[in-house]
Formats: sequence, C-alpha cells, structure tokens
Amino acid sequence: MTGAYIPGDSVLHRLPAGAKLAGLLACCTVVVLLSSPWALAGAAAVVAALYAVSGVGAAAAWAQVRPVRWFALALFAMQFLLATPAQAVATTLRVVVAVALAGLVTVTTRTSAVMACLERVLSPLRLAGVDPVRLSLLLSLAVRSVPVVSGLATRVREAQRARGVEWSVRAFGVPLVVGALRHADTLGEALAARGFDDE
Amino acid sequence: MIEFSDVRVRLGGREVLRGITATLRERRVGVVGANGSGKSTLARLVNGLVTPTEGAVTVLGMDTRRQAAKIRRRVGFVFTDPDAQIVMPTVAEDVAFSLRRSGLPAAEIERRVRRALAEHGLQDHADHPAHQLSGGQKQLLALCSVLVLDPDILVMDEPTTLLDLRHSRHVAEILRALPQRILVATHDLDLLAGFDRVLVVDEGRVVADDEPEQAIRHYRKLMA
Ligand SMILES: Nc1ncnc2c1ncn2[C@@H]1O[C@H](COP(=O)(O)OP(=O)(O)OP(=O)(O)O)[C@@H](O)[C@H]1O
Ligand SMILES: [Mg+2]
Repeated sequence: MTGAYIPGDSVLHRLPAGAKLAGLLACCTVVVLLSSPWALAGAAAVVAALYAVSGVGAAAAWAQVRPVRWFALALFAMQFLLATPAQAVATTLRVVVAVALAGLVTVTTRTSAVMACLERVLSPLRLAGVDPVRLSLLLSLAVRSVPVVSGLATRVREAQRARGVEWSVRAFGVPLVVGALRHADTLGEALAARGFDDE
Repeated sequence: MIEFSDVRVRLGGREVLRGITATLRERRVGVVGANGSGKSTLARLVNGLVTPTEGAVTVLGMDTRRQAAKIRRRVGFVFTDPDAQIVMPTVAEDVAFSLRRSGLPAAEIERRVRRALAEHGLQDHADHPAHQLSGGQKQLLALCSVLVLDPDILVMDEPTTLLDLRHSRHVAEILRALPQRILVATHDLDLLAGFDRVLVVDEGRVVADDEPEQAIRHYRKLMA
C-alpha cells in the first residue's frame, strides 16, 4: 500500500475494496491450510492467472514479490536441509503466494478505497470510543510517511558520506530520528491547517 | 481582511514578535525579512497555527484564538516543504482529502479533483504516488489541494524556496491569476512584483510597510 496502485479497468480493479480484502483473507487462510506442494503449485498458477487478468504487467507482479526473494530463498534452503524437498517447496510457495496475493490487492486498489472500507468495518468501534476516521487517516499517514522517511534516511546517509563519516548507528540514527520527529511535527501542523483537528 | 493589533508572540521563552499592528485590506501582501526575523510566525498567526501571547489577530472578522477551526476553513495555507503537507499516498487522493467533508457526491469530488489537477498540469500524475513527483510538482500539488477548496485567503510560507526558476515563475503566475487575497512570506523578491503591499520584518517588528519597490529597497539597505 505504499501508493503502489496501478490504474486499470480490469474486473479486479472494479471489485469493491471490501470484497478484495475479504477474498484476500479467505485465500490466505486456504493457502496456510494447504500442505501438498502440488496444491500450492496450483494456487500459484491461479495467482499468476489473476495477475494476468489484472493486466498490471509482469514487472509490477515481480515488484510485489521481489522484497521477499532472499527470505524465500533462505527459507527454501533451510527447509531443504532440515526437512524434505517437498516441504521446502510447500513452505516457500506458501509465503510467495500469500505475498503475491496481498500485492495483487495493493496494485488494484486505491489506498483511499481501502481506507473507506476500513472506516466502515471499524465503525462499530465508535461505541468503544475509537474514531474510525482518525484510525484510517493514521493508516494513510503511515503509508505516506514511508517514502518520506526513507528519503530522509538516504539524505542523512549521503550527507555523512560527503563528510567522510564512517558508518555509525548514532551518527545515522540521531539525525534520522530528529528529522522524523520534525516531519511528524510539520505533518501535524499541516493537518491542522487542512482542517482536520476540528473533526 | 486581516488585522493584527499589537500582537506579541513568545515562543520558547523568546519574544519572536514584538508588537505588530497592521490592517491588511490589499489583495496581495508580501512579507520579507532576514532568517529568524519572524515571517513564518507572522504567517502562522493568520490561520491560528500560532496564537498571540498578547494582542489579537482578527481574520474575516473572527478572532484566531477562539475561531481557528472556522478560520481554517476559509484560509488556505501552503508550507515551504510540500512533503510535510501532502498527507495521502497518491496525487488525486491528496486533493480529494481536502474535499472529504464537502458533502459532495463521490463523482462530483472526482470531477473537481481531475479539474484541479488539470489546471496545474498534474492530470497525468493523478494516480501516481506523491513521492514520485519532483519537488516542483509536489509544491504544485500542495497548492492544488489548498485551492480546490476555493479559500477566501491564501497564506504561503516561502512557497518557492525549494523550486527552480521555471517552477517559481509558474507559481508566481498562478498567484497573479488568483482572485483570492494572498499573504506570502518569502525571500524570493521576484515573486513580489505586482503585489500591492510589502511588509519588512526585522527582529519581530515591522520596520517598513510600503509598495513593493520602496519596501524592497528598504529591505536591501537593511541587509547591506
Ligand atoms: N516553536 C518555537 N520555539 C522557540 N523558538 C521559535 C519557535 N519557532 C520559531 N522560533 C524562533 O522565532 C524566531 C522567528 O522564527 P520564524 O520562523 O518566524 O522566522 P522566519 O522569519 O520565518 O525565518 P526564516 O527566513 O529562516 O524562515 C526565530 O529566531 C526562531 O528561532
Ligand atoms: Mg520561515
């Protein structure tokens, strides 16, 4: 959900966010329960077909599972050595299929649609004193802040390299935390300026 | 109309503004001054992000201390760093965020968002993540998200500081074409061409208050 939505007009794009999230939950449950490598390979084929239906392209599909590639590889190697090859295949496929499914929902659903759906689902929490609008805004802000803070981390690192500072947790962490706090501060002001504090 | 009456602001034990009195009726008002002179604080006073320690600020007839929420609905604010004010992950969503309480049907919101984006040349980026925009485009998006609400007054704190010459000129052009009242704090003196009035702030006081040309001349002398 790091704003990775890819516009399109496929059936998957048009499905309501709630249906997709519920489907994701159901599919992940099934994937966790499947234990035969053949069944999981079948699931992987189904996911690949869904990606084809979505029309987002192979590059976008790869971008979804790419972050877990080393983890998947390590998992496979470990299971291969400690358990059976069949188990290694099954466990690895399970992880990759689940991540790919989550990624598919991400690229075909706008964050705002997910938020609107969450607001509806969470609305009973109103009775418990939780404001669902605030909660869903919090999630949007978190999503939005990921690239901002990672950009900040890159700048801090570059500035230090330019000054010839060796890698040190403190020299990196302090400016990063200060920068992140400052960002949080200005973000709060910006929200106030955009009229959020009076809701 | 914006009215400062003997406004003093103390922040962190320091007197940041020391007695500002001014009535701003002009359509385009600029604020210039050295780093740390109090420009941003002055700008923030207008929508109640900062409230006076002493004195009062009245905007459109409302006191910023008591009616900040109401004032903010009619006063748009653009910050220097657009990254801080873009709150939604994608471009169109951020503009739509401004309209979330408008009570308009979703289709109408969508239409207004598209139109606002098109007006600022961002239509091809509607569904892109905001962090993929250039600094200049981000500032245009921030401006777009504020203007879509059609505020009566637009306050900007150094809106062109992070922009290249082309984007700065683009922002200047947008400002020139806006029907709204504008208050801009800036170091970009070119931006103030065609303004009606410029305040020069120094160490928390207004030391000159004139037509742009005279005020800027005073400011240059001050900085020499
Ligand atoms: N929250 C705060 N706490 C303490 N001091 C502050 C705070 N905010 C601002 N100041 C101080 O108030 C003074 C005026 O700040 P302000 O940001 O208004 O200046 P400015 O004219 O906008 O400067 P610049 O051109 O650098 O943006 C500065 O000396 C600053 O250090
Ligand atoms: Mg400032």
